[in-house]
Amino acid sequence: MSGVGGSGPDGRVSGASTVRNGDEGGGMSGASPYRLVGARPEPGFEVRVDGRPVPVVPGQTVGAALHAAGIRTWRTTRFGDRRRGLFCGIGVCFDCLVTVNGVENLRACLTEARPGDEVTTS
Amino acid sequence: MTAHDTPTPDAGGDGVGERAVGRYDLVIVGAGPAGLAAAGVAARAGLRVAVLDAGARIGGQYFRQLPEGFRAARPGALHHGFSRFVRLRDALGDADILLGHRVWAVERGPGGGFAVHCLEGREERARTVAAARLLIATGAHDRVLPFPGWDLPGVMTAGAAQALLKGNLVMAGRRVVVAGTGPFLLPVATSLAAAGATVAGVFEAGGRFALAPQALARPGKAAEALAYGYRLARHRVPYKGGRAVVAAHGDGELTHVTVAKVDADWRPYRGGQETIECDTLAVGYGFVPQLDLPAQLGCETSRDAAGGPVARVDRHMRTSVAGVYAAGETTGVGGADLAELEGVIAGRAVVADALGTPVAGDPADPRTEARRRRLAGFARALLRAYPVGDGWTSWLHDDTLICRCEEVPYGRVKEARDLGAADARSIKLLARPGMGWCQGRICGEAVARLAGEDPAPPRRPIAQPVSLGDLAAMDGRDEWKET
Repeated sequence: MSGVGGSGPDGRVSGASTVRNGDEGGGMSGASPYRLVGARPEPGFEVRVDGRPVPVVPGQTVGAALHAAGIRTWRTTRFGDRRRGLFCGIGVCFDCLVTVNGVENLRACLTEARPGDEVTTS
Repeated sequence: MTAHDTPTPDAGGDGVGERAVGRYDLVIVGAGPAGLAAAGVAARAGLRVAVLDAGARIGGQYFRQLPEGFRAARPGALHHGFSRFVRLRDALGDADILLGHRVWAVERGPGGGFAVHCLEGREERARTVAAARLLIATGAHDRVLPFPGWDLPGVMTAGAAQALLKGNLVMAGRRVVVAGTGPFLLPVATSLAAAGATVAGVFEAGGRFALAPQALARPGKAAEALAYGYRLARHRVPYKGGRAVVAAHGDGELTHVTVAKVDADWRPYRGGQETIECDTLAVGYGFVPQLDLPAQLGCETSRDAAGGPVARVDRHMRTSVAGVYAAGETTGVGGADLAELEGVIAGRAVVADALGTPVAGDPADPRTEARRRRLAGFARALLRAYPVGDGWTSWLHDDTLICRCEEVPYGRVKEARDLGAADARSIKLLARPGMGWCQGRICGEAVARLAGEDPAPPRRPIAQPVSLGDLAAMDGRDEWKET
């Protein structure tokens, strides 16, 4: 697991973290995806990634939640030991395959996260 | 909009068409602009309609919707023409919307009609939906070209960046470079900037004003382009033509990219390179229609203005296979406006064919046809204005992966060519690009171009990974009795 902090699904927690997210983005002051659409997310939940809690807004995919938490890779290729995460983002490339609750080879970009999901990276 | 609990219609008749019990008059694969438009037309005419989509919400890629959990006050802020989506959504009538359904195979039934084999939800429950007629509106995905470092984490398609934002409210990164070719780069860059990302630059490999003559001929499009230009300027995002990201770098994940000045064929000029720091690269070289299902059914294909395969349709969106229709990007990449119009035309044709009346007798007015011709002409002009330059192959090194799944480097593709593999299929058999999980959806076009061919239509008997058990069950044909 590694990565750059993306635009966390911070709105799930509080307005304050939404602002922080915009600041981190380094763009126009206060700009954030949440502010852009006027999102007031309902209470979120957590999934666990190798035991580490990762927050989710209901409806987000596993891939989006991981990416938002700064986790950009969750798989290693067979031959070259290359790290992989989201690439096509819409279920075509199969790069983002992930193990959830012991079920292997789910496409993280299509799989909606559920409370209590246990994600295992390799 | 939620999935219908009992999607198989019961025997209650409404007198439209010759409907077998438990069979839809029309099954539409794909809930994007084309599929939704067709569903509305057919459902309002009294047909039993089901729309299948792999996604969790309707809208497709273009109108990808946020989950309700975000409670967004302004969902349209991430969209262009959101009111059109609302109109399509509200006009669906009593069409059944079956979300989370991945169609992995379609077959013609023994007594006419079609069996649409799906996997439903994360649990991948096998389900077969029976249809008298089938509309394929499966859209397109980003075209990507290999370049050194393109499999580094942090490099993703332009469509992936849009999907993260529109569907998850997640920014692809904090400091993003947008690159590739075609007008789609503009909304990707402006959305990211509006959401608070720093867009370090938009690099269009083609000419910066490639589209200008076509856009000026269509005032609406010119205004749209100007609006994007204004928003880029407002966010101080540099937009440069004749430049391509020719390499991505980073130790384990992306930290910077090399942007090269390229000539008209996309060959880098000597010395015209700059390094740009970024944590994310969103890259796309246009779109590739998803043709798996029409190919499975044996629908004829033709070539678009850029040489790519598309489903061949008549002016009523009928494919070469009786009962199968296609609309939207399946018939050629043309954007959401054209897709929606084609959906309307297809819906009308399905209704007419189901009732046994000529389509000419329906309200298919000459204005529809004229509008379609205008939009299709614009789509052709776009394809011609943003061709893929042959010079991209000069960006490759021997160790640059061509096939991400099977990790086949360019050197092995060259070896295969040296061994006498003269076409894409022989290269695939010798070096194995396209033999992995994605079945060549990502690298197929690159391999074809490296073989000096136009990309061929897909030949995938299975459109989604499926268990051997489900395959075996299909052989029993039990689904015909069930439905």
